[in-house]
Amino acid sequence: MTEKTAGRIRATKTKTLIVIILVAIVIGGVGYAYLGMQGTQKQHLIVSTTTSLYETGLLDVLKSRFESEYPSINVSFISQGTGLAIQTAMRGDADMILVHDPERELKFLQEGYGVNRKVIAYNFFVVVGPSEDPAKVRGLSPTDAFKKIRESEENKTTLWVSRGDDSGTHAKEKRIWKAAGFDAAKLREKDWYLEAGSGMTATLKIAEEKGAYTLTDLGSYLMNLKNKNIKLEILIEEGRDTLNVYSVIANNPRKTKSNLDASMKFINFLVSDEGQKIFGEFGEEKFGKPLFAPYIKLLKSGSGQELISWIQELAYFDGSECPTEYRYQADQLYQIIFRELIAYTGIDRIENSHPSSCDYYA
Amino acid sequence: MLETLIEALQQALDLIWSGDPEIVSVTLRSLYVSGLATLLSCIWGLPAAVLLGLSSFPGRRLVKGFFNALLGVPTVALGLILYLLLSKSGPLGIFRLLYTPLAISIGQSILITPIIVSFVSSALESTDVELRDLARTLGASRLQTNLAVMQEALWGVTLAVVASFNRAIAELGVAMMLGGNIRYVTRLLTTAIALESARGEIAFSIALAIILMVVVFSISILLNFLRRG
Repeated sequence: MTEKTAGRIRATKTKTLIVIILVAIVIGGVGYAYLGMQGTQKQHLIVSTTTSLYETGLLDVLKSRFESEYPSINVSFISQGTGLAIQTAMRGDADMILVHDPERELKFLQEGYGVNRKVIAYNFFVVVGPSEDPAKVRGLSPTDAFKKIRESEENKTTLWVSRGDDSGTHAKEKRIWKAAGFDAAKLREKDWYLEAGSGMTATLKIAEEKGAYTLTDLGSYLMNLKNKNIKLEILIEEGRDTLNVYSVIANNPRKTKSNLDASMKFINFLVSDEGQKIFGEFGEEKFGKPLFAPYIKLLKSGSGQELISWIQELAYFDGSECPTEYRYQADQLYQIIFRELIAYTGIDRIENSHPSSCDYYA
Repeated sequence: MLETLIEALQQALDLIWSGDPEIVSVTLRSLYVSGLATLLSCIWGLPAAVLLGLSSFPGRRLVKGFFNALLGVPTVALGLILYLLLSKSGPLGIFRLLYTPLAISIGQSILITPIIVSFVSSALESTDVELRDLARTLGASRLQTNLAVMQEALWGVTLAVVASFNRAIAELGVAMMLGGNIRYVTRLLTTAIALESARGEIAFSIALAIILMVVVFSISILLNFLRRG
């Protein structure tokens, strides 16, 4: 190779490198313009939410309807387990939470991080397991089933898979174990008790592979069944102990400088007829039955008193879904519901201490 | 079981051929975010590498050792640290960077800076010492000399830049923790794969994984091709 050709090759190399860099810059520029277009002049509302709600795809439907009503607001969802979702909001990195763990919700309110809680929807957890049902729990009550599962697990015939990620589902599981007379903290030492430490789909897949039992929300179960990820069967259906209640809480703007205005607009949308309708219909087409049931719609229907009393027993604090001391510039939210309730049901049982109470049935 | 796998693969390929808008946008965003990260890390990484590779100062070996050690920094650890810094309640919270694409770019650029510094300085060191002397004796300024050496080590520099881009686009920890995997905002190829497989949309995740691999491999192959040409 002569020096001349070597030099030429080097020159070509330099040129190609320049071309590569230019292409990279162009890609970057296009990408930047593309992202910039989406982010201009918009208020951002960050909702910290649970995986079980997000993974179903429901929130994307709610988002698109809400944004078409309020084009100036851009809703973003951060999906984590309920425990982490609440922590994210406490750190001020979200404007509101959409979760399903009443005990921790109360703590969130008590510590001053949240205001204006609203119960918006519910469904049921189900216990699923292999179709052979080695522990013979089909049709039992949840607590009896847990007792029986534990018995047969001790005999090494079955396994239990726990979410193990501090999510709302995990909290519920621990509560059922407790009701059955066991301490989940001790159970986790056992070798038949597997902790997945991840989302619902991952947990269901582990249960499927291992032929184990697990507790799941109905939405995640139907979705994975439909996607042919699992063949597990529902062994224990809805009941008082497996009730799953979703609530929304706005961040306290005095504590974390959150966007209360946008949060309240979104909450109002969720409790509106349109929002409740989406909750009630989502999944019907794809899974054959809806994944969630709208709570405000249930209240307005004036029926289902037993169910309502279950929900209030589980998810109300001192007979209220949001005691007055945790309300902040929220008269409208609760009053609207109140007036509509009067109109729909004609029942009036409000305590005097809660003049604008949303807790109409309390 | 094999049938369902083949079926999923078929669906994945269909998704890619049909140019599914979600896949396209996630891919573009990934390229942009990691491209910006690479650019950023070059801005401070290349001068640092030149300093480290071409000059001598006390503690140089120590600094080099430090960057070499950082090559293997776990992405989740880096993500966690930056998350705590950028969080609204953290020291850098006022910039409101958390959950933005820029936050991911910054995180990735920090992640890959050691690759640039370490690899480029090594490439520069291994160039012929005589070249430097020759340039200096021919009357080149310090900058001109460095440029001459850079050109000599061009292949090594390019390789380092490409390797760091590949590391950036393929990492998950930083993107997940700093971006939050928000649809249409900070959802990237890797975070989308994590989510879609977590929600059981296997075909979608396969499609994204194929794209990610094609991006990474094609850059390397292109580079190899250029070197030979």
